Amino acid sequence: MKKTLCFYFQIHLPFQLRRYRFFDIGNSHQYYDEFNIRNYLNKIVEQCYLPMNKVLLDIIKEHGSKFKVAFSITGETIEQLEQYAPQVLDSFKELAATGSVEFICETYAHSLAFLKDEKELERQLKKQAATIKKYFNQEPVTARLTGLMYSDQIGERVANLGFKAIVTEGAKHVLGWKSPNYVYSNVNNPDLNVLLRNFHLSDDIAYRFSDRSWSEWPVTSEKFVNWLDVVNENEEVINLFMDYITFGNRHSRATGIFEFMRYLPKEVFSHDKFEFLTPSEVIKKHKPVGPVHVPYPISWSEEERDLSIWLGNDLQNDAFTSLCDLGEKVRFVDDASLTQDWERLQDSDHYYYMCTKWMSDAASRRFKSVYSSPYDAYINYMNVLSDLISRVNEAVAEKVDLLMKDSHYANEISKFVIPHETEYSSLQIKKIVELLGQKAGKSLLESN
Amino acid sequence: MKVLMFGWEFPPHISGGLGTACYGLTKGLAQQGVEVLFVMPKAVGDEDSSIGKIINASDVEMPTTTSYVDDFWQNVSFLPVSSGLIPYLGLEEYEQYVTETENGGGQRSFTHLGGKFPFSGKYGTNLMEEVRNYAYVASKIARENDFDVIHAHDWLTYLAGIVAKKISGKPLVVHVHATEFDRSGENVNRVVYDLERLGMEQADAVVAVSNLTRNIVINRYGIDKSRVFAVHNAVDFSGRKEIEVKKAVKEKVITFLGRITYQKGPEYFIEAASKVLKRYPNVRFVMAGSGDMMNKMVQRVAKLRIGSKFSFTGFLTGDDVNQMYAQSDVYVMPSVSEPFGISPLEAMRTGVPVIISNQSGVAEVLEHAMKVNFWDIDALADAMYGLLAYPTLTDTLKVRGTEEVNSLNWDDSAIRVKEVYEKMLADSNLG
Repeated sequence: MKKTLCFYFQIHLPFQLRRYRFFDIGNSHQYYDEFNIRNYLNKIVEQCYLPMNKVLLDIIKEHGSKFKVAFSITGETIEQLEQYAPQVLDSFKELAATGSVEFICETYAHSLAFLKDEKELERQLKKQAATIKKYFNQEPVTARLTGLMYSDQIGERVANLGFKAIVTEGAKHVLGWKSPNYVYSNVNNPDLNVLLRNFHLSDDIAYRFSDRSWSEWPVTSEKFVNWLDVVNENEEVINLFMDYITFGNRHSRATGIFEFMRYLPKEVFSHDKFEFLTPSEVIKKHKPVGPVHVPYPISWSEEERDLSIWLGNDLQNDAFTSLCDLGEKVRFVDDASLTQDWERLQDSDHYYYMCTKWMSDAASRRFKSVYSSPYDAYINYMNVLSDLISRVNEAVAEKVDLLMKDSHYANEISKFVIPHETEYSSLQIKKIVELLGQKAGKSLLESN
Repeated sequence: MKVLMFGWEFPPHISGGLGTACYGLTKGLAQQGVEVLFVMPKAVGDEDSSIGKIINASDVEMPTTTSYVDDFWQNVSFLPVSSGLIPYLGLEEYEQYVTETENGGGQRSFTHLGGKFPFSGKYGTNLMEEVRNYAYVASKIARENDFDVIHAHDWLTYLAGIVAKKISGKPLVVHVHATEFDRSGENVNRVVYDLERLGMEQADAVVAVSNLTRNIVINRYGIDKSRVFAVHNAVDFSGRKEIEVKKAVKEKVITFLGRITYQKGPEYFIEAASKVLKRYPNVRFVMAGSGDMMNKMVQRVAKLRIGSKFSFTGFLTGDDVNQMYAQSDVYVMPSVSEPFGISPLEAMRTGVPVIISNQSGVAEVLEHAMKVNFWDIDALADAMYGLLAYPTLTDTLKVRGTEEVNSLNWDDSAIRVKEVYEKMLADSNLG
């Protein structure tokens, strides 16, 4: 049987925060640095998206539907492309139309909030699925989460939303002696297939490709296919998952990364031992060999493969607690602009900037920080968050006041709120929401 | 009466309270009929010279004769030599300094023939060199001008003051705005301490900005207490434009404003904030300023999980400082050691009630302020809570505090300083 190669590329552009000072709190609700957002986007478009999309289109032209890749493009990225570089979006649509490309679903805003917020996972995955449908006319069945996060419990939640597969890291401390080169299943829900990243072969391309101090440099298509060749012949699928900025940005054009990718499929096909499939095709062809146990969340980041670059210190945990505490209230007021701001603040990149792990060593980071220090990042983020919190609280108070005027609700709501309180707790709001739900249910019954 | 006064900075180019105090005092002295020649290392030209003549030390052309240099050394043979210990320097700056020195730079003799000294008037790597050069230039200024008394502000100018005294034979007053113990706790910089002590010993009178500082001068510098006088600072709000600011933050605001360093007691502010937040949610704490303890403080705030109620503004200048007062409902100065402390007065003038530590000089003058010991975070939290929860207390402190602060003025301080001058002149005439 032919061995399966599964390429999946990750694309995310954050909504960068502007320098938001204490004096802006209450005065300005414009949080984003449009100039830098646009600048960074233009750079990546020129270096990576346009040239690499062309490489992929050329490959598909040459080899037809034998060549397959998968993408996950966050909703935030699509918003930005739509606004600043629609030609790139067209190029992705063109790729989608070839039938060789699968779009994977993830949280719309590259979020972390689903770790704490039950409802946000569903809301954002659905929003993202609708976005994929709108732009690429696909209904995603495969999911991935920020930083390729996964645990038994997260997998179960994703499965409950109807997804058939999830991709994550082939973390050593989880697999032990087991190989990442098979399809596994979720422990709690065997219907969910789990695809694991082969980090050796993926990082040979993603990180080591242009490293001249590496004994294997330079990597050629022939050499790489030889490495694929030596993988145990019984193993079924090799998952090559990486950031799309690998091509042209992390490794510049001059390193030959585009030529490497352009001629890799030809070399692969010449061996006649391999085939390319997308994740949803992989799970049709290969059945899970068994469940994979992941009691604690893993990710593809750092040596530890855990969540510590996003939620590893007090700065991050303080910010994250305050952020997640807003969820109930934001849903209660259901205001488009508040929801959008709350969503954008969930982006894991904001938390990445607050990481203090690198302060002692100069290890290579996934991307550069725009702040002078993690402290600076924290201060700026908290200033923005403080403004959002006060806007949300204001909207909440308004809506509660409104409900209190309605005799239908007033009595029951007044049981657990003191009217004209300056700030309601998210627990109080949760109770009000439950009450409204009950009332709505009852009135439906009555009208029937 | 004519005074030759040595300062280091003067408004509008100031980095701390020293320049403001010099300006206020000079203005007050002018009111008392005392003529001031104010010498500073680097005058830009936009300083207010209506209250006295400003001498820019960077403009002074030194004589070209070797006899002048010899004469200088005869008079001032006590001058210390370079030691490499430099106050006010960060780690990186010091590293740069060491590299420069090793490469042979920076070790010139400071008595040149001719030329001018381009002073920076800042607190940089060559601070000690500037302090010595300033003293050398002072010798020329002392020769060329006519005056009755010399008055030197803080250790940077003491050498200049001493040189001027040796050359002219006129009595010297040194004015202590802060001591090395206030700046560094017990880890004093020996060079600075020695200079301070030299200045105080050579002076005919020492003026301290509070009794707190006077005690330090007597206890830690061993100066005869009959020669040490406490003269409190004041504030001068004239010519300050009122700014109209809309309060943007929804919560009540409790502010700490100052350098985030050991001396200012920022950690006590944070601990008390965390206590208050447990009882009174509708409040935001603000720490305005920067300093070597900033990151540690950010870390502490995050650890206490109060970051969504606690803001850092970074270093503030000019209008932003006034903005900050205007946004505040309570102002806190929990200093561990504060010779005087002008900032609570600024807050009171804006109608903001203040909490100050007993370990500040300003606590000796103020009646209508809440006073606590800096280390007593329970008392500090109590005071904060009281000002948030009991409007009567707040309103009273606002009204009475504003009155009190407006009644403080530099004229009273200037009268006291003039008395010190007169006493000295009388003594020197007797002697």
